[in-house]
Amino acid sequence: MTALAPAPQALDLRTRFYAELDPLLDAHPDVDVVLAVIGSGYMGRAIARHPGRVIDVGIREQALIGVAGGLALAGRRPIVHTFASFLVERPYEQVKLDLGHQDVGAVLVSAGASYDVSAGGRTHQSPADVALISALPGWTVHVPGHADEVAELLQREAAGTGRTYIRLSGQRNARPGPVDGRLHLVRDGGETPPSSGSAPLVVAVGPMLDTVLDAVADLPVRVAWTATPHPLDADGLRVLAGPAPVLAVVEPYLEGTSAAAVAAALVDRPSRVLHVGVPGESELRRYGTPREHAAAHGLDAAGVRRRVAAFLV
Amino acid sequence: MTTITPVQAVPTSVPQHVRDLVARVTGDEKHDPSAHSTLDVVWTLYDQVLRVDAARPDAPDRDRFLLSKGHGPASTYAVLAAKGFFPASWLDDVGSFDSPLGHHPDRTLVPGIEIGSGSLGHGLPLAVGLALGLRGRSTARVVVLVGDAELDEGSNAEAIQVAGRYGLGNLTCVVVDNHSDNLGWPGGIAPRFALEGWTAAEVRTHDQPRLTAALRHTEPDRPTVVVVDTTSKDAA
Repeated sequence: MTALAPAPQALDLRTRFYAELDPLLDAHPDVDVVLAVIGSGYMGRAIARHPGRVIDVGIREQALIGVAGGLALAGRRPIVHTFASFLVERPYEQVKLDLGHQDVGAVLVSAGASYDVSAGGRTHQSPADVALISALPGWTVHVPGHADEVAELLQREAAGTGRTYIRLSGQRNARPGPVDGRLHLVRDGGETPPSSGSAPLVVAVGPMLDTVLDAVADLPVRVAWTATPHPLDADGLRVLAGPAPVLAVVEPYLEGTSAAAVAAALVDRPSRVLHVGVPGESELRRYGTPREHAAAHGLDAAGVRRRVAAFLV
Repeated sequence: MTTITPVQAVPTSVPQHVRDLVARVTGDEKHDPSAHSTLDVVWTLYDQVLRVDAARPDAPDRDRFLLSKGHGPASTYAVLAAKGFFPASWLDDVGSFDSPLGHHPDRTLVPGIEIGSGSLGHGLPLAVGLALGLRGRSTARVVVLVGDAELDEGSNAEAIQVAGRYGLGNLTCVVVDNHSDNLGWPGGIAPRFALEGWTAAEVRTHDQPRLTAALRHTEPDRPTVVVVDTTSKDAA
């Protein structure tokens, strides 16, 4: 007779986020959750057990960030959540001023990454969110690829004081990785003779890892991974990329978002760098599934393989 | 229709030494009314209403004054200097590279300044969050000053609604109404707050006893708005 197994933890990143909030509010008395309706239907237990600590401002996203800034000024640690479009883009000046300029911290947690809401159309898609947040001083951006990473990041950031953006996506990897802000080598280019130098490096960000591993399965490249694209682990990148990097960076959001950080990290050496992400030149005016959007953007395994293989020629 | 208010001798509670400090900021001996429409309110708050201590500007239970109308900081700077938050000499080079005092205030640079402001429509939402964060944990009040034209910004409408729904008795919004709004407020400003559950008072800036009483008044279950009319041409 074996003991009952614990209830399985949610694998979906957004579901896991909601499930973590109740114990998080228990463990961190200074944390408040601020919502603009979205999410409130999924955290009934947290709302019931922590009166006054889940603040729903209604469909008012300027107030969402402004209220979070005020809470932080009062010494609270706000966790702020809605879809990325309405968390980052609509109240962007509030993010800049009510958090950054006031020099206070908050944890912004978005759902609806890039084309997760593919059938919802452009109004519910914001592939530029990481670029926008990264353009403001003092932010850390986490792009977890597994629900366990979400839980670990939430616990750590709830105890912190900084400005943090955690981007939840529908896409995920089979296994969690270490969310320590570093770049980790996941696959080395074993067949490359040492005399020929380091094999080209492919950096996969967050939930792109499994897709990238699938894409480059038969290509002579190494693969590294991080859940924290901003600030980029520049030291780790320099070590892994070597003296004359041939590097591809695969991100699940606006193509080239990390280009400036990569260029700065490699400024002291000759390098060739390919950036793969969501193209920014035009809107994809299609609905359909996230899988179809990934294929249309060249972000499925076949598309990533095409881009990387062409780059290696 | 525009009503021209006749110029009249104005009684004011603001001491001459404070008015002189304002003049040091603006370099304007004539007390330009547009730059000084907030002086009566700010002085009354710091002299009669707020529980603040210049020696402990970060005390957790201090009352908070948020200047949302950050483009008119002269009177706030002058009052803070008069109350000892920083040396009056700071007032002589406002806006210079080495001065902590700018044309829009920065909370990280100036003791007693609670928010960085300048872009309109940010103070009231911040005040709502501050009041939510302090409610039940501190006896502190949150008082935020906005202008009548600043209310154009839609972010204020959101904050007025949220504050009303949450019944923030520790929040006061002072609307300094110098009738500078281009499109006007048909039906008045106070009813817009009252409809959202605020308790509302309307006073004239130089009616000192009523101004002080209105700024002191709070109710436990709802926020307070005080609309202060400063249209007298020599309101400073």
